[in-house]
Amino acid sequence: MIAGPGAGPPGGRRDGGEDAGSLKIVPVRHPGRWVASAVILVLLAMLVDTLVFSHLTRGGVREGRFQWGVVGSYLFDPSVLRGIVVTLELTVIAMGVGIVLGVLLAVMRLSASRLLSGTAWLYIWFFRGTPVLVQIIFWYEGISYLYPHLSFGVPFGPSFVTVSANSLDTAFVAGVLGLSFNEGAYMAEIVRAGIISVDEGQTEAAQSIGMSRAATLRRIVLPQAMRVIIPPTGNETISMLKTTSLVYAIALTDLFTATQNISNRNYEVVPLLMVASLWYLFFTSLMTVGQYYIERYYARGSTRSLPATPFQRLRQGLFRIRPQTPSPLTDPPLARPHA
Amino acid sequence: MPEPTGPPERGVREAELPMVDARQVHKSYGRLEVLKGIDLTVGRGAVLCLIGPSGSGKSTFLRCINHLEKIDGGELFVDGDLVGYRQSGNRLHELKDREVCSKRAEIGMVFQRFNLFPHMSALDNVLAGPVWVKKAPGGPSKERARELLARVGLADKVDNYPNQLSGGQQQRVAIARALAMEPKLMLFDEPTSALDPELVGDVLDVMRDLAGTGMTMIVVTHEMGFAREVGDTVVFMDAGVVVEQGDPRRVLTEPEHERTRSFLAKVL
Ligand SMILES: Nc1ncnc2c1ncn2[C@@H]1O[C@H](COP(=O)(O)OP(=O)(O)OP(=O)(O)O)[C@@H](O)[C@H]1O
Ligand SMILES: [Mg+2]
Repeated sequence: MIAGPGAGPPGGRRDGGEDAGSLKIVPVRHPGRWVASAVILVLLAMLVDTLVFSHLTRGGVREGRFQWGVVGSYLFDPSVLRGIVVTLELTVIAMGVGIVLGVLLAVMRLSASRLLSGTAWLYIWFFRGTPVLVQIIFWYEGISYLYPHLSFGVPFGPSFVTVSANSLDTAFVAGVLGLSFNEGAYMAEIVRAGIISVDEGQTEAAQSIGMSRAATLRRIVLPQAMRVIIPPTGNETISMLKTTSLVYAIALTDLFTATQNISNRNYEVVPLLMVASLWYLFFTSLMTVGQYYIERYYARGSTRSLPATPFQRLRQGLFRIRPQTPSPLTDPPLARPHA
Repeated sequence: MPEPTGPPERGVREAELPMVDARQVHKSYGRLEVLKGIDLTVGRGAVLCLIGPSGSGKSTFLRCINHLEKIDGGELFVDGDLVGYRQSGNRLHELKDREVCSKRAEIGMVFQRFNLFPHMSALDNVLAGPVWVKKAPGGPSKERARELLARVGLADKVDNYPNQLSGGQQQRVAIARALAMEPKLMLFDEPTSALDPELVGDVLDVMRDLAGTGMTMIVVTHEMGFAREVGDTVVFMDAGVVVEQGDPRRVLTEPEHERTRSFLAKVL
């Protein structure tokens, strides 16, 4: 504010004789900010009131509007916890397969071979162009309808292992296939954007010391591409956690289906939706924190000094709260540039 | 410093072969002909300085030597072997990717914009070649990498990341990275053009020392002082052809060709 050379003390010119240090500083006022804060405080109060204190009469019984007691009693229900495990399994497997597929497809798309890049393009075109829900149901119905016997062996030749589709947990497999094939298409574009963001000079330098193409990709290009790849991948993971709830359509008991099964029995629809929401929120919050630290790790070498972690910032923030208005006594270099 | 000698089984006659021998080398990008028949040789232990206006094809020629680009015509030999091919009988087989890599590993290259690996410390940059390409054991390689960094005057910057180093320091790490592969030939593509004037000297000093150890070097440069002092030959290229070459003192002071003269008038 007042750091520029020749800037006088706040409030105007330096009149003869008067020492800037003895002048009183009048901070700028922000009336609009005050009004907005007041409105928000009122809205927050209403929210707390409706969430916590407000009651109402349903079917002759007076009870809390949001029935937190009911929410609490189902939050750790064994079937809900089992559903959480399924949700997390689906998320981890689908993201894992999706990332591997994505890297593979991205490399294929950047390949000089028309066949490889064309195949990747076709894959992405197909799986991005159809809804995930349709894909999940398609695999669920399709596996036993199209391929009642899955066999592994020589293409068009003898097969070594044959599995009956009925022996698989069809719903889980269908969920994983639908989610991960779709994810692969999105991850391919994310990884490709990351790879082309790395300077070509890096590839040349790696090749000039004799590194192979594969080693260059793995050791030099991908680690640098990570900075571009990680943030959208974090978003994809968070999105995946929530998208897994689509397996409700094929009756796979994930977190959401588990809560729905309970409310189908006891008709506590809203409290159980809240149980599901609270758990989704909990895990997405965890992921946000994890993403932050992974991003920090891959920022090595791109920023001279790493930014503070939220905890470090919190600690600094606590100490910075008091001297908000610059005091002429504690900040002499700012307040008295000519001194 | 490794003496740039050929493999032991090679005869004396082969040791007298030039390190680089270009005969009518042609290279085009689409319809743009960038190299229009380059003829030049670089003897073992010699320093050749390549000068010429922007766009004359100097970088392209260097990139052809370590097969970052494929030539379209002519012949290019490095250490007696045709670049990009293997001769058996009277047939030429195009090299497999793996063979191209092992040829490149014998040639060091230093770039105008350093191209250090930004996600790795100076030491790891120097270690990349020995450990990942030569699969050399970590311990001794680390020792040698430290020695190389000390040799280019960066003993105290071993653990710094590239963006914590000045341009001149980065370029010296890049030279150490190339030397770590014990190359028989070093290619420099305008190694000081991206540097602040006061940092140029440190890099040139390292290169001068390297030339003193008998390393064969091709240096694309605009530093005429360096060319005159260190170069055994100066080659002036323009529009994809070699216009004039010879002893630096002669070419730089009494050029025969008008084009050389007008170029030198501009840069000196
Ligand atoms: N990959 C490429 N595709 C198409 N044209 C290229 C490519 N690389 C170089 N060229 C062209 O080839 C010509 C020679 O380029 P080159 O980089 O070899 O010149 P140079 O002598 O090194 O110039 P400078 O001193 O500016 O580095 C230029 O006209 C350039 O535009
Ligand atoms: Mg160039």
